[in-house]
Amino acid sequence: MDNTTIIAMVSIITAGLTTGIGCMIPALGQGKSISTALSSMAQQPDASQTVTRTLFVGLAMLESLAIYCFVISMILIFANPFWNHFIA
Amino acid sequence: MELSPDETIFWQNGFITINLTLVTTWVLMLVLVLTAVLITRKLQTGLKISRWQCILEMLVTGMNQQIKEVGLKKSEKFLGFIGTLFIFIAFANLCIIFPGYEPPTSSLSTTAALALCVFLATPIFGIAENGVIQYLKTFIEPTFIMLPFNIISEISRTLALAVRLFGNIMSGGLIVTILLSIAPLFFPVLMTVLGLITGIIQAYIFSILATVYIAAATEESDKKKLRRKNKAKKIIVE
Repeated sequence: MDNTTIIAMVSIITAGLTTGIGCMIPALGQGKSISTALSSMAQQPDASQTVTRTLFVGLAMLESLAIYCFVISMILIFANPFWNHFIA
Repeated sequence: MELSPDETIFWQNGFITINLTLVTTWVLMLVLVLTAVLITRKLQTGLKISRWQCILEMLVTGMNQQIKEVGLKKSEKFLGFIGTLFIFIAFANLCIIFPGYEPPTSSLSTTAALALCVFLATPIFGIAENGVIQYLKTFIEPTFIMLPFNIISEISRTLALAVRLFGNIMSGGLIVTILLSIAPLFFPVLMTVLGLITGIIQAYIFSILATVYIAAATEESDKKKLRRKNKAKKIIVE
């Protein structure tokens, strides 16, 4: 195999792994935070507004972790710097 | 495949480049400024106000209240900066309902510029509120050992702010593009609707995080608080 083939293979496998693992673990965290927020809202419906606001901010923070992984896998597939280096 | 609207270049001369991001940003700014000027030209105070004025008042009061809830007491001072951020990002993200539009927030240069604004605004507001020494003191709290970590967190949260907005909006557009080649009939519409929700939530998150950072920088120090409490006690005693 020449260099470009190896780079393409490794990039594609790594991109899949990055998105896979990077979606799995934030999803666990998000599920946990949502379930905790739901149970606390059921206990104290008065505080539901504050809980919802904090929950949304926290969810977006967690979501951005998955998005970082997505951005990295997109860079690996569509704008791979190593690939460009060897093509040129 | 294009990852960002930066790659559509209209005109280039040496260092200066005019691309789609720049053009869209300026058009959005023009639309926002013109609408604001047109609405505020004839404000009414009676019982019956125009519809546009009603929307504007709702926006301003809502943002004021949100800023107050985070913990900034004098919210009018910060409304200009945080409100502008929110309105610009929300409007830029909402316009994806127009066909052929590419949101400027899906380019890393726009989001990096917005994040840099927040990065600069935090010390400016902090110094204006508490003075230089008091602001610099927040870096060595709780102990001196935390100094490098505080500096790292200042930089990394700016990076996170930029990449979060960019990644969310860019991924929304990309998923629609990919879905167009797999299931072109119905699903892209649903994903666009989801993109509208994400856009508004991301605009909210961006401005709320900016508010939280500014609130942390402008927080009055414990000593100042104690002094004020003592003063209040003295007045009560007297």
